Amino acid sequence: MSKEDEIVQSLTSEFPLLQDKAKVQRIRRVVADVTPDKFEQVFAYAKDNLGFSVLCTITGLDEGSTLGFIYHMSRTDGITFSLKYSVPKDKPVINSILQYFTNADIYERELEDLLGVKVEGLPEGNRYPLPDDWPKGEHPLRKDWKPKGAKIDTAETQVKEAK
Amino acid sequence: MRKVVIPIGPQHPALKEPESFSVTLSGERIMAFSARLGYNHRGIEKACEERTYLQDVYLIERICGICSHTHSTCFVQAVEEIAGLQVPKRALYIRSIIGELERIHSHLLWLGVAGHEVGFDTLLMYTWRDREVVMDILAELTGNRVNYGINLIGGVKRDLEKQHITDILKSVDILEERTKYYIQVCKEESTLIQRLSGVGVLSHNDALSLGAVGPTARASDVARDTRADDPYAAYDELDFKIVTDDHNDVYGRTLVRLGELMESYRLIRTAIKNLPEGLISVKAPRKIPVGEAFSRYEAPRGEDVHYVKSNGTDKPERVKVRAPTLANVQTVAKMLEDGQLADLPIVIAAIDPCFSCTDRLISVNSSKSETLGSMKWEDLRLYGIEWHRSKGMDFSAINKKLAERL
Repeated sequence: MSKEDEIVQSLTSEFPLLQDKAKVQRIRRVVADVTPDKFEQVFAYAKDNLGFSVLCTITGLDEGSTLGFIYHMSRTDGITFSLKYSVPKDKPVINSILQYFTNADIYERELEDLLGVKVEGLPEGNRYPLPDDWPKGEHPLRKDWKPKGAKIDTAETQVKEAK
Repeated sequence: MRKVVIPIGPQHPALKEPESFSVTLSGERIMAFSARLGYNHRGIEKACEERTYLQDVYLIERICGICSHTHSTCFVQAVEEIAGLQVPKRALYIRSIIGELERIHSHLLWLGVAGHEVGFDTLLMYTWRDREVVMDILAELTGNRVNYGINLIGGVKRDLEKQHITDILKSVDILEERTKYYIQVCKEESTLIQRLSGVGVLSHNDALSLGAVGPTARASDVARDTRADDPYAAYDELDFKIVTDDHNDVYGRTLVRLGELMESYRLIRTAIKNLPEGLISVKAPRKIPVGEAFSRYEAPRGEDVHYVKSNGTDKPERVKVRAPTLANVQTVAKMLEDGQLADLPIVIAAIDPCFSCTDRLISVNSSKSETLGSMKWEDLRLYGIEWHRSKGMDFSAINKKLAERL
């Protein structure tokens, strides 16, 4: 059995709800979807028991009615684990993972700024990466957010202009 | 002693990029350090969602002027994985060769900057002169000194001709000879060793817990390199060896980068020797099927990660980029802890964020002078002596002694 399969097996036997939700995407890539209430347990298990000791980054997604968060972790043999969960957009609150990874700070601040999610447990500090005078409630990575007054040079506009 | 908080940036004559640092000092000793980043945020991730995959390759390449090949390769790898494209072997080898040439130019640039930051400007002049050799080769191969534009989704745009290969090998020989000399300088030049040793210490455990990447981590004996751990392009066939060092300080980071230069020369020679024949690209579809991919690449500064999610159209649903400096900048506060202010430029430069920060430019206006203007040099000197005397530091006795000797 490959190392990737062992990881999936270990995850599903520890957390039966991960059955069919934890998969080997390709060699060295393991992915899993969890519910928000189980996220922290699975996350801690992957870090402490499966050797995923590095947090690569956190990706935030606007999925329409929900906001998704993917925690990309890696271990020394090159296998990465992407653990994902979603919260409803009308209640955009997640918990900080600072107690597991002290370097998560900057990634979580980025989620707050760009995706408009409240990260509980994040200490006071400088925002990242938007300017200090950025208008409240404007979050660029939300799908309904469009840059104001900016001309977007897309393939369509280029064709239009050429005509 | 009273604590003083010094703001550096975001707009500062000595900064090469807008970043803001706040340093709390007690005398010359650094008590606390914090950074406010984001002044270079250009909204590239959002912009990628509005453009086609092909346009994104060019946009992504412009995230960084030095690691341009890094970002474009990392991005196209993710897209190719989603689209299920089998990239020809020859293209993968060419990507690796360009990637290593990029690393050589980046590390030589760093060595020069590091030399400059510690007052060893001869090293800057030498390394930047030698760097032109690799810049010329990159220009010859790709048409550009930076932003090579060699990557396509599905392969590379330009093939390596016979003449190119001869030129690359010739340049690599010259650069290897020069690098051997720099290694000798760094191992024997006692001023340099003393200036860099014990400065910006990052222990092995701190490097692990703070998630350091690249040469910053490897100089703290963390044997982690994406080229070996998670091989991409042609690295799984090139017999790559990780370069580490256990000095845990700026000196170690210098040795690691020099070691990596030697390793890059070896990799380029191996890649050229084993360069497979065949196509250099396959046709990529305009619309990429639904899927997601997480791609990693070892940039000169450390691990670069891209996440791409597609939705079946010709534009990506989401592109996420985490460049290595964002991972490493969090280690700087630890490195500077209880350090000297004078070490700040080299410690920050040692993670290779491409800027230096404490060349100082001060304009002093005399409060006594009636007219608004600059203070004369002699007045400034007297003011300094008076200021130190008022703080209890009187050097007049020692000055008198020196004058008598003369």
